[in-house]
Amino acid sequence: MDLVTIIFWIVAAILVGSALLVVTQRNIVHSALALVVVFAMAAGIYLLLNAEFIAIVQILIYAGAVTILILFALMLTRTNNIQTASNPNNKQWWLAVVVCALVGAVIVYAAGVSPHAVAFDGNGSGQLPAGISNVVRIGQLLYSPTTYSYVLPFEIASLVLLVAIVGAIVIGRED
Amino acid sequence: MGLSLNHYLVLGAVLFCIGLYGALAKRNAVAVLMGIEIMLNAVNITMVAFSFYNKVAPYSTYLTGQIFAIFIITVAAAEAAVALAMIIAIYRRRSTVDVGEIDIMKW
Repeated sequence: MDLVTIIFWIVAAILVGSALLVVTQRNIVHSALALVVVFAMAAGIYLLLNAEFIAIVQILIYAGAVTILILFALMLTRTNNIQTASNPNNKQWWLAVVVCALVGAVIVYAAGVSPHAVAFDGNGSGQLPAGISNVVRIGQLLYSPTTYSYVLPFEIASLVLLVAIVGAIVIGRED
Repeated sequence: MGLSLNHYLVLGAVLFCIGLYGALAKRNAVAVLMGIEIMLNAVNITMVAFSFYNKVAPYSTYLTGQIFAIFIITVAAAEAAVALAMIIAIYRRRSTVDVGEIDIMKW
């Protein structure tokens, strides 16, 4: 086992364990704090996959902004007993377990028998031309309209963010 | 034994199922939102893994999976902001965030 494999197993174990903590804690603030660990470990997985820019964005947006937003929402919505009953299951939780197990079995089976997954076996490349780092390449793809690029989706995404900001203010303001 | 694409796909599948359980089985609306965020992260992991293991010559330099992941993160941030504003607005009117009790649109 090389170093990358060992790091992958450690990070994946912490990732799955803290995700289980998110859905099993009785105190919802503890769930929100375990969610920070989930996001940070997902950033570690991105680093293993040569995606430095996504890893940094993950830390900034998810572990920074989204978690703070969730904690603010928890602060503004009071439930009856935050210590023991703030994050209860509903009556059909066993049905949810069955559904999730079935969905997971189907996904894992499909990933195992898919010819694409078999063809992608072996060492990953993620190779870029020499002297072009991940961040530079993503910048070229997102911003330069002369080559193969994603300029139009990028502009649409900025429009989505604008609409979301306005919508959040309109929905959340006091009458 | 080195890592292959299937390691990341199975990790994404496990994470997706945990998030799905959180979204289906929780009563608190904020906990449902946390489950959805975990599901989006699972999809992002599979997207970046596909981008990393893609070896087809011109397309591997287009980083399609990573670009997809960036847009998913963008939409997820917008979704979290709008959803939490809705949760706070509902809490202000009805003093509850229990998704089982918010049934005003139930037919």
